[in-house]
Amino acid sequence: MISAEHVTVARSGRKLLDNVGIDLEPGKFTVVIGPNGAGKSTLMKVISGEMKPDIGFVSYHGTSVDLCQPVELAKRRAVLPQATQLAFPFTALEIVRMGAVAQGALNPTEQARQALSRVGLRGFESRPYPSLSGGEQQRVQFARALAQVPQPVTEGVPRALFLDEPTASLDLGHQISVLEIARDFAAAGGIVLAILHDLNLAAEFADHLVVLNHGRVVAEGGCMETVNDEIIASVYGIAGAVGRLPAAHIPYVLPQSRHR
Amino acid sequence: MMKALAMPFRPAEDGDRTRQGVVVLLLLAVMLFVACLLSLGIGPTGVGLRDLWTYATGNSASLSTQERVILEAVRLPRTALGLLVGAGLAVSGAMMQGLFRNPLADPGIVGVTSGAGLAAVAAIVLGNGILAPVAMVLGNQFLPLMAFFGGLFNTWMLYLIATRDGRTSTTSLILSGIAIGALSAALMGLMIVMADDRQLRDITFWSLGSLGGATFGRVLSILPFIGAVMIIMPFVARGLDALVLGDAAAFHMGIPVQRLKKIVIVAVAAACGSTVAVAGSIGFVGIVVPHLLRLVMGPSHRFLLPGSALGGGALLLIADSVARTVAAPAELPIGVITALFGAPVFLFLLLGKNGITMRDMP
Repeated sequence: MISAEHVTVARSGRKLLDNVGIDLEPGKFTVVIGPNGAGKSTLMKVISGEMKPDIGFVSYHGTSVDLCQPVELAKRRAVLPQATQLAFPFTALEIVRMGAVAQGALNPTEQARQALSRVGLRGFESRPYPSLSGGEQQRVQFARALAQVPQPVTEGVPRALFLDEPTASLDLGHQISVLEIARDFAAAGGIVLAILHDLNLAAEFADHLVVLNHGRVVAEGGCMETVNDEIIASVYGIAGAVGRLPAAHIPYVLPQSRHR
Repeated sequence: MMKALAMPFRPAEDGDRTRQGVVVLLLLAVMLFVACLLSLGIGPTGVGLRDLWTYATGNSASLSTQERVILEAVRLPRTALGLLVGAGLAVSGAMMQGLFRNPLADPGIVGVTSGAGLAAVAAIVLGNGILAPVAMVLGNQFLPLMAFFGGLFNTWMLYLIATRDGRTSTTSLILSGIAIGALSAALMGLMIVMADDRQLRDITFWSLGSLGGATFGRVLSILPFIGAVMIIMPFVARGLDALVLGDAAAFHMGIPVQRLKKIVIVAVAAACGSTVAVAGSIGFVGIVVPHLLRLVMGPSHRFLLPGSALGGGALLLIADSVARTVAAPAELPIGVITALFGAPVFLFLLLGKNGITMRDMP
């Protein structure tokens, strides 16, 4: 289990995160939602070990993240960042292979090929990364993360995938397939933490939803408890957006203009 | 025929350029060997490749004393120095471009060479004055060490000034480089005003930027610096590759980013500073060699760094052979040759898609 406790981060007098606690359990797909500037990406940076919180701490299976070397952390979790641009023309395969090498794979090239075909990019191996479309670049990065943690559980220790807006520049079909891969990863005992803006996708895929606003956790739990009119109105300022189909187990969100 | 020649240079179908990298490294090694032969076997005196062969096969007795001296005391140290200087310049360029994530970063253009030059001039001027005790202790290593610290200081300054959140835009890189270089040049001017006649002669001799005064003493004085950089190359290659994806992504992939950057900055200063100390400033090798190599072997530092060492050595030896013969018996400054070849490549890069764009404009 990966946990963050009492995490507070302040930058230039503003609290980006204010006493945030979150537990990421193996086998669960956790999704963080919230408006722009709520602190979602900051929270992911703190949990991935990239940023040190001013107060609070993060632990991986009981070990403080501060005590882990970057090399060890790299074997335990992979991170999919938001859009990445390169100044040098690496091929798609070379990018993905970096993830496999970070994991210490015996045959990183083969592992990179498998990861590319898992995200539907077989045949793209020799394409220079800068020549790919935004969505294809995003999937190459996702493949790099998958190549870094190819097994959800290794030697009895669950591995983690942290995805910062994994669906941002993807078409509808690829949004679903990327999240399905992540859900399978969690279902097989891995840990998944994703930041999503699409509340419908969040409601469908999340086992556990965390609503962040102004650096605080304002709600968490299943989708029924978190994606409801009251919370969506208070966090996003959009009232009456959440609907429920009589028989469905998940809500749907249909945002409409406030002034009509 | 052309197709067959271009074969190893085309990106492999499967996206894996490992074999391509190995093939290009082998070709570069052959090229370097040929460049060494050229450098040893060409010159204004009559000593030629045949004499070199005679010497190498152990029949040195059949050569005159003069011919032996030319080979042993003039050509051999010059070739060795050219090899080390070229390798140092090209590797420092490649590492700097990886560190700044920008193919335009070159120690000569962004003021690192000026910093090393300022320190070298300071060593010459103050070596008899307040720095005399230090100069005495370090002996032959004094000049290269001073130049190393000068280069180190400017690289560090440049990194602190031009980089925000681990990213360096081309505009801020080049503009800060110009400012740092100008400041170093101004301080160098002050030093020159302070210098006496003998020191002025030393400074002029040094600043001509030539391999002309090559001795084994000079070769030995920079060997530890270039040797150390060659040794660390394989240890920073994976980190520099990961750094291309950004500081955060490199950290996520297990790279101790801050430590890597410190090592690379010190290595750039060591390679660049020590070459400036022995050969003056020779521009554009650090930008041309890595750029051409990226075109034929891809940007991975696993192959780019050793390739730059081999290619830089070969390029400088060829440039030096041209400098010695084209206007014989006079010698062209080698910096003229490298700039003639290198400046257009730099402009080409600057105007290309990774150069200055509207994005960079305020």
